[in-house]
Amino acid sequence: MNFQMVRYILGWVMNIEAAFMAVPCITALVYQERSGYAFLLVMLCSALAGFLLTRKKPHNTVIYAREGFVTVALSWIVMSFIGAMPFVISGEIPRFVDALFESVSGFTTTGASILADVEALSRCTLIWRSFTHWIGGMGVLVFLLAVLPLAGGYYMYLMKAESPGPSVSKLVPKVKRTAMILYGIYIGLTILQIILMLLGDMPFFDALATAFGTAGTGGFGIKNDSIGGYSAYIQNVITIFMILFGVNFNVYYLILAGKARQAVKSQEVRGYFLIILAAVTVITLSVTDMYSSLWESMRHAAFQVGSIITTTGFSTTNFDLWPQNCKTILIILMFVGACAGSTGGGIKVSRLVILLKTVKKELAHFIHPRSIKKIKMDGHPIEHEVVRSVNVFLITYAVIFFGSVLLITVDNLSFTTNFTAVAATLNNIGPGLEMVGPTQNFGLFSDFSKVVLMFDMLAGRLELFPMLLLLTPATWRR
Amino acid sequence: MNIIIVGCGKVGRSVTEQLSKEEHDITVVDIRSDRVEMTVNTVDVMGIVGNGASYEVLTEAGVKKAHLLIAVTGSDELNLLCCLVARKAGGCHTIARVRNPEYSRQVALIKEDLGLSMTINPEYAAAMEISRILRFPSAMKIETFAKGRVEILQFRIQKNSLLANYAISEISTKLGLDILVCAVERGGEVFIPNGNFVLEVQDLVHFIAPPKKAGEFFQKIGVDTHQVKDAMIVGGGKIAYYLAKQLLNMRIKVTIVEMSKERCEQLSDMLPQAMIIQGDATDETTLMEEGLPYTESFVALTNLDEENILLSLFAASKSRAKLVTKINRVNFNEIIDNMDLGSVIYPKKITTDYILQYVRAMQNSIGSNVETLYQLADGNVEALEFYIREDSPVVNIPLETLKLRENLLIGCINRKGKVITPRGQDMIQVGDTVIVVTTNQGLRDIKDILQS
Repeated sequence: MNFQMVRYILGWVMNIEAAFMAVPCITALVYQERSGYAFLLVMLCSALAGFLLTRKKPHNTVIYAREGFVTVALSWIVMSFIGAMPFVISGEIPRFVDALFESVSGFTTTGASILADVEALSRCTLIWRSFTHWIGGMGVLVFLLAVLPLAGGYYMYLMKAESPGPSVSKLVPKVKRTAMILYGIYIGLTILQIILMLLGDMPFFDALATAFGTAGTGGFGIKNDSIGGYSAYIQNVITIFMILFGVNFNVYYLILAGKARQAVKSQEVRGYFLIILAAVTVITLSVTDMYSSLWESMRHAAFQVGSIITTTGFSTTNFDLWPQNCKTILIILMFVGACAGSTGGGIKVSRLVILLKTVKKELAHFIHPRSIKKIKMDGHPIEHEVVRSVNVFLITYAVIFFGSVLLITVDNLSFTTNFTAVAATLNNIGPGLEMVGPTQNFGLFSDFSKVVLMFDMLAGRLELFPMLLLLTPATWRR
Repeated sequence: MNIIIVGCGKVGRSVTEQLSKEEHDITVVDIRSDRVEMTVNTVDVMGIVGNGASYEVLTEAGVKKAHLLIAVTGSDELNLLCCLVARKAGGCHTIARVRNPEYSRQVALIKEDLGLSMTINPEYAAAMEISRILRFPSAMKIETFAKGRVEILQFRIQKNSLLANYAISEISTKLGLDILVCAVERGGEVFIPNGNFVLEVQDLVHFIAPPKKAGEFFQKIGVDTHQVKDAMIVGGGKIAYYLAKQLLNMRIKVTIVEMSKERCEQLSDMLPQAMIIQGDATDETTLMEEGLPYTESFVALTNLDEENILLSLFAASKSRAKLVTKINRVNFNEIIDNMDLGSVIYPKKITTDYILQYVRAMQNSIGSNVETLYQLADGNVEALEFYIREDSPVVNIPLETLKLRENLLIGCINRKGKVITPRGQDMIQVGDTVIVVTTNQGLRDIKDILQS
């Protein structure tokens, strides 16, 4: 294990986080808030630690898959710790476990909060919560790859460990260029959303925070009723952008590269939109009598479906009051998740497509035992390795899921609460049902359960294995 | 530049690694997904699984925007087809590895029709390299510039050599010789020496000289220079065939020891003048019987690296022959360099070097004029040949007044077929070919030799 390189990259992560903390600091300056000092202090400490760690560049810069996974997992833990410090120091979230939960929930783009009253927070804390979504959405190591002169092909392992999806590929030959293109698209879409929301007369601060939350598919609201209080136009803009951020970013690259036809053919994206369309239709028809018009029920249905499938977690209405079939659909969508290579979480549509195709192939195999068939996606055969890794992913996912549900039963809450709480954290969504529903929060859990849920959030964001490898003793042997 | 490399074998990998280091945008194509995966994980390139001769795969690899396609799969036919398709689809430059002797003769004829920019035959290239070494047994490696008029030779200073403890400036004053020491390797470090640099025993010296003067130099310092009279080649593969042909043309007696009877008969048919011995070379009596102790050169060319190393070590212990050892694996060169194996030939590396040379020349051809480029001393030193087409800040100024970069040396000026070893008063003129030796990599233009 190349510990020197792990140290070096962690140092850069701290530097970058310090740089990102300029955002709440500036906010505090604009609104003259005292909490800004907490951010300034943490920013300086983080920068100092980062400076010390990155002062000496290691001689051996080669990292392998093992270092890649460990670095990514540790980076996210370190980031969450640093991100939690200002909450504690400023006294806005005085309990450390709560602050850490909020920070982990931010970076992993979950959006599950332990706060009952978010409107009581200072503006700089609010913007930092939302901004952690934005950082976590595309990933801080991808950012690192885009800005640092890290030469060599080995850094692909970092990108692989941080980017979601069954198989991560580059857009262009160089990792650095790929990372820059991804962030370029990300920043571009975020700015577009801010502009569109400003056109709907949203206050600038709200537009900024909401756009950060949408882009990272996070879901921290700055209002107690999440998005419910904004105009229908703004809600629609957010719906569209949530869905857009859940699309595989390769598609945007293809469109930008003038290969729109190829982009439209992507089976994953087609499946994604198909699922959204079906869910919206069914829910709209089921909730018509709860709202004044068909349009209104469709607006709420589309918003909630978009919010859940992309694992954002904003809400415009309390869907805990919806009929059972709608709630069930939403729970299923929680697991489906967004597309691979997007900022969303969950199992990912592409994995489901591969799994369904495997099932179909196995069924055919029962009828024609000697048949040989290769599974294809977008015209390319899928390697057995990928199918195997998808299967392993699903099994691991189930084990972690049910293990977590079992562990948090210590708090003796209802099954629906526990089940949806784990579903909402492991899939990086935010709100669940009943006691963790859209109008509730996660403050009712014990510290132990919070730690379990924090692990779930990190595992969900990093696609399980980096976190599990961290707990495997063999990883740490030389 | 955008480069597509088809084939992720040993050569493909090493070309990919080198070119990636030089900041090119590379896409590799191979039918074996595990190879592609491996390459993508360790080198900063994009990988595509598929048949490199298929139009679809090449389009996906971006052939439309590619500047160059290098086909180095194991099959000649596939390589040629790849190049043909790429040429038609994208109009890029193409390089193919073609190793079958029958094809490589034809390719020279139809190269134009296929639009190939270059073909490489690794075995032929290796054989050429060996024959050059045997021509000059004292030197370890020779590179040629200016269409063969100038050579860079490499040799190690032995214990009782005249040159030990000589300062560089004394070579021309005391020996009256017009040669130029351009790089010295000492214990893993490389020096571009000035006149006061003192040579030591075990230094690896690179020097520039016209071929005739090189012989004179070796004579004066008391090193045997005559070309070998006979050669014993172990292993009768393609390299052995090309090499024997070369050597026979130079009237050098050739003995080839080969195991397979069938191959022996083929060789005997193709090389009637050579002595073909059928036998196991690892059996020491076979070699002793054929006069190993008296042979002047010994070339180990079997397919197994280990066997070649053992054979060379054995030959070293039994004779005073000039040794040449072929090694296929490039990875262990640090260990191999420490062994007494004479000149070591890496056919894969030669192929890679040829390709790199072409790529650099191609890249440079736009704004500059690098004619030839060689890497010396494990790639730490570059020797570049510039053709001076037009007036520039270095032209018509005495060299001693030019502010040259550190670790840079003008090795030789070639004016209308006359080779000048440059001194302070000499000037570079338009129409000259200039050889520059430097540790600064990536010089594009003759102007780059000046301090920026």
